[in-house]
Amino acid sequence: MSTKAFNLTRGERTFNVINYVVLTVIVAATLYPFLNVLAISLNDSADTVRGGIYLWPRQFTLKNYETIFGYTTLVQGFKISVLRTVIGTLLGLLSASMLAYTLSRPDFRSRKFVSTFLALTMYFSGGMVPVYILMRDLHMIGTFGIYVLPGIVSAFNVFVIRSFIDGLPYALQESAKLDGANDFQIYYKVILPLCKPVLATIALFLAVGQWNSWFDTYLYNGNKPSLTTLQYELMKILDSTQQGSAMSNSNDLAKLMQQVSPESIKMAITIVVTVPILVVYPFLQRYFVGGMTLGAVKA
Amino acid sequence: MDSQPAFPSTGRVSATGASARKKNRFWSDILRQKYLYLMSLPFVIWLFIFNYVPIWGWTMAFQNYKPAKSFSEQKWVGFDQFKTLFHDDQFYRVLRNTLAMSGLSLVAGFIFPILFAVLLNEVKSMPFKRITQTISYLPHFVSWVVVAGIVTSMLSLDGVVNHLLTWLHISDEPIQFMAKPHWFWGIVTGSDIWKETGWNAIIYLAAITGIDKELYEAARVDGAGRFRQIWNITLPGIRSTIMVLFIMSIGHLLSIGYEKQMLLGNNLVSDYSQVLDLYALNYGIKIAHFSYGTAISMFNSVVSVILLFAANGLFKKFAKESIM
Repeated sequence: MSTKAFNLTRGERTFNVINYVVLTVIVAATLYPFLNVLAISLNDSADTVRGGIYLWPRQFTLKNYETIFGYTTLVQGFKISVLRTVIGTLLGLLSASMLAYTLSRPDFRSRKFVSTFLALTMYFSGGMVPVYILMRDLHMIGTFGIYVLPGIVSAFNVFVIRSFIDGLPYALQESAKLDGANDFQIYYKVILPLCKPVLATIALFLAVGQWNSWFDTYLYNGNKPSLTTLQYELMKILDSTQQGSAMSNSNDLAKLMQQVSPESIKMAITIVVTVPILVVYPFLQRYFVGGMTLGAVKA
Repeated sequence: MDSQPAFPSTGRVSATGASARKKNRFWSDILRQKYLYLMSLPFVIWLFIFNYVPIWGWTMAFQNYKPAKSFSEQKWVGFDQFKTLFHDDQFYRVLRNTLAMSGLSLVAGFIFPILFAVLLNEVKSMPFKRITQTISYLPHFVSWVVVAGIVTSMLSLDGVVNHLLTWLHISDEPIQFMAKPHWFWGIVTGSDIWKETGWNAIIYLAAITGIDKELYEAARVDGAGRFRQIWNITLPGIRSTIMVLFIMSIGHLLSIGYEKQMLLGNNLVSDYSQVLDLYALNYGIKIAHFSYGTAISMFNSVVSVILLFAANGLFKKFAKESIM
């Protein structure tokens, strides 16, 4: 079509130019904040205070990063964040794929019941306070388990995987059955390998959800320094710099802020929590675009 | 789906089968499908504990719940908690904020992704299209903590937005955006647009791909310009997708979450930033008025379910119409 460019009318050409300009502005508005954060995180902290840092650092330094990686609370937070992401993703994949497989079996006796039981959880929830009371009764407050256990089963994920399995040829399962495989072996050896694309999508959703969550830390583990996550620590710094509030008056943090300005610390942590996502998501793009559309069609 | 052949079942029971044989078959079915049960029942129990038991917790809304006492020792107070709730001025302010912010992001969450998808669809250069799309997803994957940090620094007195405004002579003095209560709804909605537009456009882009290309060819032959093609072909082509998604999101009007409000809000703007969930958090958990907090949560959940059913009814009506 581009070979016919000379055929375009004046109106068409104007439209194209305006369209490219608008989209470029959108791209710039999306990227600029990240580039700005990166520039500030790499700029000397005392110099940053003078303002005027836009796209690149004025006085390049890695001191901000050295400072945050020398701060034990943040390193510990990083470990917890990684741990919950890995465990939470694995558990979530296991539960969603198993449930999806059983629900895809038309002959499964309790299919209707399990399916309804699961679907209902998408429509109502007990709410924040009753869930909090439950966690307290289960003695889960102040434990690592609270990050990964309550949310193991997600109805949305199950239904996305299930509609993918429904699209696979059923004959594969039947021939495996004839070869003497039991239902678990069919799931493990036939279904799981075929589901890689949809599992990649769900893994991305789960991992991003785990990596990004901070509210459960705030609500349940806020006064347990050994269990706080990176996002939560970032939130505390954000909060203290924004309102100068008394929320985080830890001595450690105050000492840290004396070495480099809170602004620089904030930016460096922001980069640290953003980069892992930045590295992963473009490669999974074709999977999750498919997964999203699949989910929408199902719904 | 259901017409797919089931696995050969052990012995088809004839129509004259007695109930004893039926019962036998029940157990033998379960035994035969033991792996399916082993793969699903543990998660059903899990769901029961973490998703269904909290519903039982709603009983607290009718008590004066004291954590140290057992269920039978709790004092029942009927609808007292709800009476207090409905007489609280703050509740109405919070409800107003919740509805306003979810309404705004509902509308913006439709207009901007659709516009973006339509514009992107008009791009003929594949590399540009791909790169634009990939970049547009980026903010979706970033946490609200990060987005709130970015928004606050962009909107700060020395931030890029104020620089732009003074440079363009739109305002003479830098504006303290985060301290102005009246700006708060706009800031939250704007952050939402920045974060989710690219992501929400995925579905519309997919729907646009499904439109018959010949329609465009025919329109071009008839001399229709790009705007006419968008207006008469693209938008009607994704009309049903738009309707379905719009109706479904009505059901989520009250469950807009609290992350952005909590992270972007501060004491100066709390009259405009408090939403139902934060209200429940502040009363229910922070100062341990568990029963009152539960009443707030319950109000939220029940209204959500009603909205969802209403939306579903609407959806059915619409679906019937669209078939004709």
